[in-house]
Amino acid sequence: MGSIVEMQGIIKSFPGVTANAGVDFDLKKGEIHSLLGENGAGKTTLMNILYGLYKQDAGTISINGEQVNFMNPSDAIAHGLGMVHQHFMLVQRFSVAENIILGQKSSREPRIDDLNLIGKKLTEISDLYGLKVNPHAIIWTLSVGEQQRVEILKALYRGAQILILDEPTAVLTPQEVKEFLEILKRLTSEGKSIIFISHKLSEVMEISDRISILRDGKKIETVFAKDTNERDLARMMVGREVNTNFEKKVAEPHEVRLQVEHLCANNNRGLEALHDVSFDVRAGEILGIAGVAGNGQNELEEVLSGLRKSTSGKKIVCGKDITNMPPHKVGIARVAHIPTDRYKTGLISDFMISENAVLQRIDREPFTKHGSLQWKKINEEATSLVKRFGVKTPSIKTKAGKLSGGNAQKLILARELARDPYVLIAAQPTRGLDISAIEYVHHALIEQRDLGMAILLFSTELTEILSLSDRIAVIYEGRIIGIINREDADILEIGLMMAGIKRPSSTLEQTGVIES
Amino acid sequence: MNREPSKIQRRRTDIFHTASPTVLNLISIPSGILLGLILGAVLIVIAGADPIASYKIMFSSSLGGKNQIIETLIKACPLLLIGLGLSASFKAKVWNIGAEGQYYIGALFGWMVGMYGTALPKPVLIPLMLTAGLIGGSLWGLLPAILKIKNGMNVIISTLMLNYIAILIVQYLARGPLQEPGGFLPRTAKLERIARMPQMFGTRLHLGCVIALLLVPVVYYIFTSTPLGFKLRAVGSNPKVAKYAGFNVNLAIFIALIFSGALAGMAGTIEISTAYQRLQSSISLNYGFNGVLIALLGRTNPWGVLLTSIFFAALTIGVENLHVVIGLPVSLSDAIQALVVLSVMVVDSYIRKKAS
Repeated sequence: MGSIVEMQGIIKSFPGVTANAGVDFDLKKGEIHSLLGENGAGKTTLMNILYGLYKQDAGTISINGEQVNFMNPSDAIAHGLGMVHQHFMLVQRFSVAENIILGQKSSREPRIDDLNLIGKKLTEISDLYGLKVNPHAIIWTLSVGEQQRVEILKALYRGAQILILDEPTAVLTPQEVKEFLEILKRLTSEGKSIIFISHKLSEVMEISDRISILRDGKKIETVFAKDTNERDLARMMVGREVNTNFEKKVAEPHEVRLQVEHLCANNNRGLEALHDVSFDVRAGEILGIAGVAGNGQNELEEVLSGLRKSTSGKKIVCGKDITNMPPHKVGIARVAHIPTDRYKTGLISDFMISENAVLQRIDREPFTKHGSLQWKKINEEATSLVKRFGVKTPSIKTKAGKLSGGNAQKLILARELARDPYVLIAAQPTRGLDISAIEYVHHALIEQRDLGMAILLFSTELTEILSLSDRIAVIYEGRIIGIINREDADILEIGLMMAGIKRPSSTLEQTGVIES
Repeated sequence: MNREPSKIQRRRTDIFHTASPTVLNLISIPSGILLGLILGAVLIVIAGADPIASYKIMFSSSLGGKNQIIETLIKACPLLLIGLGLSASFKAKVWNIGAEGQYYIGALFGWMVGMYGTALPKPVLIPLMLTAGLIGGSLWGLLPAILKIKNGMNVIISTLMLNYIAILIVQYLARGPLQEPGGFLPRTAKLERIARMPQMFGTRLHLGCVIALLLVPVVYYIFTSTPLGFKLRAVGSNPKVAKYAGFNVNLAIFIALIFSGALAGMAGTIEISTAYQRLQSSISLNYGFNGVLIALLGRTNPWGVLLTSIFFAALTIGVENLHVVIGLPVSLSDAIQALVVLSVMVVDSYIRKKAS
């Protein structure tokens, strides 16, 4: 079968960086070809060139054997391309159908298209590919997974034969990912071709026909998925051996540092989001909170860090009751917090790295003396943290918003650990990070645990929970369904608990029965 | 094919890209002023005068000598004080549009002390008047602060509405209870000499002006070198992160409104004891509203605010003289002033867009 897309010798540089240094890439009809690489490897740049968003400095692109020169995305769309960006381009207050016709010429100007008719057409397309969406639903009422389906539907409605999906699974829950991968298979079986951009090895392995690995703007290799494995892919992607299943010592938990007793709290709409949550975390252990996103993890994280008030129950740190104390009092009780949304909650993006590095400690000695900021001390501290935690940045005066995800997270980690906490709340600490950064964060957490810190880990990635935690608490609809030791944990059982099903009696006796 | 031009274009934008904010301000504000003056020249030609000669008159009458410069500084004093106060507020993204009202209430408080405190010696009376002005202005800033913190009311709306209430209170008092005994006009009695700002250095430069100028480095220090300045900036930049970091967001809103109100109130007292010397239906040339522009054009940087307030004052004096010397209509001067302000903002936003 011939190639439907052929890119040859693509070169693209930006001031100071070469994003693509002579990349060849091709896509065959009906295949899923993954582009794998760490953040900044040049995947998105390459696809933006294909989609007409950027113009290459050198190199050629052919679609169906015909050489093309796209000036803008409309040219690309006319040639049957469709791109779904990582951040959706949908008007939140419009319905699905209205979003689909947005920017399209109406068939009956000056009136807009008949939305019922559009709805019918959409239903036809969505039935064909298994993209269940109500065409008249308003976007903001839809889940993230559904919104993504709308984006794909939009591309298909505009006649896309080739779909470019930029990190599509980064925003999805595990269940949604599964559904999503099914849809992709369905699309290719109906003759569509897909370019899948990702840095998640397991997904790439699961669905790709071929995989191209990019590193530092160069293509390392293109391989058939059936001829490779995750370990080889990781090595090619990072450029060295990666230790995904690292060894860790058995935890030696000491005294209880964080006690949560019968905690209840409401969500932003005033409905109960946490119900009778109790657990404790000891010094020198990691307690992982597993659960599907949206089951009260955010509320729990906020209550524990003082950003949300609880309606009843208690929160005790090292014997001191800090229930409903504001964040700075929680900080004084030596609770540090790596927040879920690192850009919106963790860092002030238009402040310098130095300012962010001492954020909570700004008004304390030695950073403030006699009411006056000591910039020299602040800069020294920032420089030493940046160095110690390997934050890659041209200068400590760079704005924090310019940091890549991994470096932003390292900065937050550095800052929180520099506060010398008793308890660390780490929420989704590796979400959206590339392999090297994930490895770094994981090692740092284990190291802190071994040094005797009490760590509460929130993660929607079950693999992360399993590889880091010493004990696992599963949260479902705002309740802790159960807490189990890592040694006794069984993926199947945790999966069931995440879906709200708890087996009646002790796990130890019945594990074998269920599995057989 | 057309790769060459796009490269050149990119290189040109790179200059803006790598420039620091200070450099951007240094490019955008003068070029905006220039553009405004060129557009203003068109209006002057239409009105039948020589633009070059007109601009010469404007310059020499406002910045052409020591006395002119002092008059410009005196004119700039209320703008500078209000601009400094609002800078603090705007740093925290608390949009206080109520400086006009805070100025009026400050003037009222200052006048009361100046009117009924004449038994006191001058070195006591003047500081007391200034303090009264500070208190009056901050009380008028306290109301929107409480409304915002307790009820989440929009600061823009509450401060804007409180302007009218403050102005009407002063107007009512000036034609009612506090009206000049035996007078017909809606105005209060004149302040006695003892209640006027002392003049300094043998010139017309008065104490209020000196205080305003001294406050520039003080406010700059607060912004750049104190935890308070840091927290105000943090709350303005991202209240969510500020809250996460343990900063008291409500306290920052409170401080922002009280501080800007206090400085506006002091400006009111200073004007009442120098230029107007009494309360009357109008005691402000839109100082409170122009102060918003000055704080924004000065990029909420105290030194920038100093420059813009002097520029505004020079422009006002310059166009007044155009009216006196060559008889151009006063409305033309307003038009030129507006053109300059608009041009600065257009050029500024254009350059900033290029830079991002």
